[in-house]
Amino acid sequence: MEKAPAVQTADLTKQYGRVRALDGLTMTVARGEVFGLLGPNGAGKTTVVKLLLGLARSSGGTGRVLGAPLGDRATRRRIGYLPELFRYQPWMRAREVLELHCELAQLPRSHRPQAIDSALELVGLADRADDIVNTFSKGMQQRLGLGVAMLGAPELVILDEPTSALDPVGRNDVRAIIRAARQRGTTVFLNSHLLTEVERVCDRVAIVDRGRVVEEGRLDDVLGDPGVRVQATGLGAAAYEQLERFGPIRRDGDWLSIQPFDPAGVPELVEAIIAAGGRIHEVDAGRRSLEERFLALLAQGAGERGPAA
Amino acid sequence: MITIAKVTVREAARRRILWVLLALTVVTVGLTSWGTGALAGLARSEGVTELEIRVAVSQILILAAFMFSFVLAMTAAFLGAPAIAADVESGIALALLARPIRRSEYVLGRWLGLVAVVAGYAAASGFLEIGAVGLLTGHIPPEPVLAVGFLVAQALVLLTLALLLGTRLPAIAAGAVCVVVFGLGWMAGVFGGVARVFGADALALASEVTRWLFPSDGLWRGVIYGLEPPLVTVIASGSEIGEANPFYALAPPPPTFVLWSVLWIAAALALAAWSLNRREI
Repeated sequence: MEKAPAVQTADLTKQYGRVRALDGLTMTVARGEVFGLLGPNGAGKTTVVKLLLGLARSSGGTGRVLGAPLGDRATRRRIGYLPELFRYQPWMRAREVLELHCELAQLPRSHRPQAIDSALELVGLADRADDIVNTFSKGMQQRLGLGVAMLGAPELVILDEPTSALDPVGRNDVRAIIRAARQRGTTVFLNSHLLTEVERVCDRVAIVDRGRVVEEGRLDDVLGDPGVRVQATGLGAAAYEQLERFGPIRRDGDWLSIQPFDPAGVPELVEAIIAAGGRIHEVDAGRRSLEERFLALLAQGAGERGPAA
Repeated sequence: MITIAKVTVREAARRRILWVLLALTVVTVGLTSWGTGALAGLARSEGVTELEIRVAVSQILILAAFMFSFVLAMTAAFLGAPAIAADVESGIALALLARPIRRSEYVLGRWLGLVAVVAGYAAASGFLEIGAVGLLTGHIPPEPVLAVGFLVAQALVLLTLALLLGTRLPAIAAGAVCVVVFGLGWMAGVFGGVARVFGADALALASEVTRWLFPSDGLWRGVIYGLEPPLVTVIASGSEIGEANPFYALAPPPPTFVLWSVLWIAAALALAAWSLNRREI
């Protein structure tokens, strides 16, 4: 029998007093994928995570995690979680924090030493295992949190802003850890507003704005076809007509954009512009970045809502 | 639940709370028992009878117990209030409660751990004081186990209230409310005694209601009763002034009150579990 999706929500809503944090959120996360939930501050990303883990209750809609209802206690054994607000008992040693979470996660006693050593090794804290958490920098505490989340190879790992306190080396390590988890078949639910992080590791993304999913799909699909932007002067109407053989052209001042456009055709395009009497100042070929797509979607959403009263 | 209880005890030990309290207690017991012994020796040299010395020692012990009950109340309030509140405020609870643990188990675990710390401390300090005074003066109160038992029970009432308040209020607010409630309960007991002497029925009734709503003062009377020699009870039983004295008890709290106190603690604990269960973390 096919396994249920790792996460599935339908019309999930959450009301905090008069504030609607989630407004009919619908999404599906397949098993074994790295899924990125993106959104601006206050979009409802952390609320989604809290509902998935049963730390908060939904006001409406339905959801299932690893095939069980939201917050199901037994299912939480199979989930690892790094909160956005990562704090661990400051008086404990790193190893003791992991021991505590092994007990709480009900890992078999015989597996615990191995699980703890692996987690410490994974997050680069093996040499600080016996140090008190209070002496750790924020980055090290976040690494410890990541180790806690990865304890015992859970089926689903939920990481809420996992690199917020890390330096570039740490961020690179986290990306490697996420990729390794995917290799093992672990589903990773990554909640982040750091778009470049998401772009580098996620298979699929959902963009959330004001508690709703405004776009969801494979990263390639969300980003759309590759295109090219050229800043060129000295082109007349006839020249633009000639250039349309490369694809549909959109003009914005001196800039012309063609999409879809295979980046391999850039030399040919440049030759054609020069042959038509144009002068080229800049060429930007490739796919739109996630940031561009993200900003475009948010701007589109703001436009549909109309100007603020 | 046991995991959380063990963590709570380790936390108290690791954060040196327990050791600081024990060190201060040893100093306090040393000074008070030495003072009581010196006073008893002085009285003997002045020809004061053993019966009078026994009465005086019992009164000093009651005063020392009152000081310990105050220290215990503060300890219970300021250990109980942040036990859950600080975990929620700091974010520690996010990682803990995302694990396959019921919130009621977490509350009960916190409570059990703190009970072990507070009850252990109350019993150790109570018996140490009684033992040291007994050693230096030759006088042991009639019901030391009863007295220490009620001292522990009083601390547990405060501890449970602090834990309950900490499921909703910030740690400092919960601790402060607890201390105020403890003070009000004691004052209500004093007012009630005075009201009974002067026949102010409404005030006496208000005091009685307060005593049942928050049973710490009623339990404190049990501590006093356990420390009083029977002679004091006999002498003061006919005295109206004795009724109004907050350091005097004619009788121990009745079994119904003790049972009510146990139920009160159980209900407050259940309410704490329910409250945290309803709370969004």
